[in-house]
Amino acid sequence: MNIHEYQAKELLKSYGVPVPAGKVAFSEPEAGAAAQEIGGSRWVVKAQIHAGGRGKAGGVKVVDAIADVKKTADAMLGTHLVTHQTGLEGQAVQRVWVEQASRIVKEYYLGFVIDRTSQRVTLLASSEGGVDIEDVAKTHPEKIIKVIIDSAIGLMPYQCRNIAVAIGLKGRLVNQSVKLMQGVYQCMVERDALQAEINPMAVVDCDGDEKLIALDAKLNFDDNAIYRQKAIMDLRDLAEEDPKEVEATSHGLSYIALTGNIGCIVNGAGLAMASMDAITLHGGEPANFLDVGGGASPTKVTNACRIVLEDPNVRCILVNIFAGINRCDWIAQGLIQACNSLHIKVPLIVRLAGTNVEEGRKILEESGLQFITAENLDDAAAKAVATARG
Amino acid sequence: MSIFVNKNSRVIFQGFTGEHATFHAQDAMNTGTTVVGGVTPGKGGTTHLGLPVFDTVAEAVAATGADVSGVFVPPPFAVDALMEAVEAGIKVAVTIADGIPIHDMVKLQRFRVGRDALVIGPNTPGIITPGECKVGIMPSNIYKKGRVGMVSRSGTLNYEATEQISAAGLGVSTAVGIGGDPVNGMDFVSVLQAFENDPETDVVVMIGEIGGPQEVAAARWAKVNMKKPVIGFVAGIAAPVGRRMGHAGAIISGEADTAKAKMDAMEGLGLYVARNPAHIGLVIKQAMKERGL
Repeated sequence: MNIHEYQAKELLKSYGVPVPAGKVAFSEPEAGAAAQEIGGSRWVVKAQIHAGGRGKAGGVKVVDAIADVKKTADAMLGTHLVTHQTGLEGQAVQRVWVEQASRIVKEYYLGFVIDRTSQRVTLLASSEGGVDIEDVAKTHPEKIIKVIIDSAIGLMPYQCRNIAVAIGLKGRLVNQSVKLMQGVYQCMVERDALQAEINPMAVVDCDGDEKLIALDAKLNFDDNAIYRQKAIMDLRDLAEEDPKEVEATSHGLSYIALTGNIGCIVNGAGLAMASMDAITLHGGEPANFLDVGGGASPTKVTNACRIVLEDPNVRCILVNIFAGINRCDWIAQGLIQACNSLHIKVPLIVRLAGTNVEEGRKILEESGLQFITAENLDDAAAKAVATARG
Repeated sequence: MSIFVNKNSRVIFQGFTGEHATFHAQDAMNTGTTVVGGVTPGKGGTTHLGLPVFDTVAEAVAATGADVSGVFVPPPFAVDALMEAVEAGIKVAVTIADGIPIHDMVKLQRFRVGRDALVIGPNTPGIITPGECKVGIMPSNIYKKGRVGMVSRSGTLNYEATEQISAAGLGVSTAVGIGGDPVNGMDFVSVLQAFENDPETDVVVMIGEIGGPQEVAAARWAKVNMKKPVIGFVAGIAAPVGRRMGHAGAIISGEADTAKAKMDAMEGLGLYVARNPAHIGLVIKQAMKERGL
């Protein structure tokens, strides 16, 4: 689960991480009032959407007058911001973050990820900040400092100081880095974040005094831990998520919309991906990824059919079930229930295997409904592609 | 022989009296597994499925000599249960739970440093040596005894490959699901190593998916250390970038995470690669023919 930049900054602030003074605004007058309250003579207005690449897309503006803060906020709010991460439709801007403009001396990179090789939280830092760290990794891998953190010990101050020196910080800024880095790490572990990115972490000039602050912040949380993170759950912005995916999740289904015309209903993420692969290899295009999960009841199957059919591009549905913890007879009952209640007009290609497969096939045969049955994965994909071509 | 579990394994189930554990413990017993008891805190001293129930794993191990545990405990409590099993001297702990917080798994991996117990999972269908021992949730009737070693991240692709192996007239020595999470107990390399040393395995199938460096690391290891042929497949050829495809670990975060990049790398390292999930059985046959097996 992602949260907005402003929410991340407020959360990190509560962990002692220095961030610029700022306030969120949902309207033009609120933006003006926010600038007034923050004070100063220069502000940054930042569109709050979850996607990255906002700066290049015009979602971050620096202004010198409160009237311009209002004007900029008004121009941003309600528009769709298109960045390289949003897709062509863009993402609606419903809130802006107004913060005091910082006089940046230099930008750095700070990130925490769960590294899949070491299976530990790993800190990444670089003297190259404010740019895509993936690019730095390609062009100057030697400029990325990597420190694996022992979860039993945590991030020690000496580690922070070593990292700070390694990326070129000096003097009191080295001391300041300890509080910042430890704050982000503590937040990540306590709040079950998968990833924390401060890009840039910046040295700013505050009336001749240099300070190290988090100028941007991105936090991504573990959906599996959200049950114990009520406060994080409250930060969820459903407007940022695909409504169909949200609905699917509420029914215990995992759904991802794609651009093809063959709907997919499969059990298990691996088989669901493999079914999409088989369709693609037969020259077809899947309309979606859908995992009905274990223990798929008839109601769950009906919901899956409904969600898949809401996509107007769908010309047929491939149902591929290899039941382990699932039961083919339940799936079959679900399909019949779905056909009857949803008046499904598109053809269903059904491949059943595993637990109670004979019962499942029998139920489909005796229903009198027209299912295209398939023997195996290859057969199912071939039939689905042929059917979609009609 | 086989790997990790066999007819000599003495199995307990943690969360024994729960619905799924009950069903699968019963199925395991019906298909040849030696189940010696189970653990449900608070129900110690009772019996379930005709077997003793204990409050702690330590008591269960002391009383029954158990060395394998099927951890059928819900995600919020699974890591605690795994640590308990490891501490009590269980040699192989299998956790089915789908949805364990990743920071809990990071803690578990730290906890395992210096302890030699094996942890299979989480988010796995488990492990089965057909006819000898099953600790998991897979449909045991599809697994026929044979000489193909199988390991996968996905559960249902494990079943899919098994069906193709059977259709090719072959069977399985042991099938292992390492699970779909980004931080998991056992990795591909450990399983390949065990299969390489197993006299009852002739050929190994490794089924991966998008996300993470595991498949390529394993292929690199296999190139140097394995004589037995390895057949690889990576699911997610048609998966979009940056989306988590059902499994917590199945996400393309960079070029190397894609199915194509992984399969290209596997091929470059000398593995037999099934480029189509429906052709896994065919490629196994082909590899065996080439190697004179």
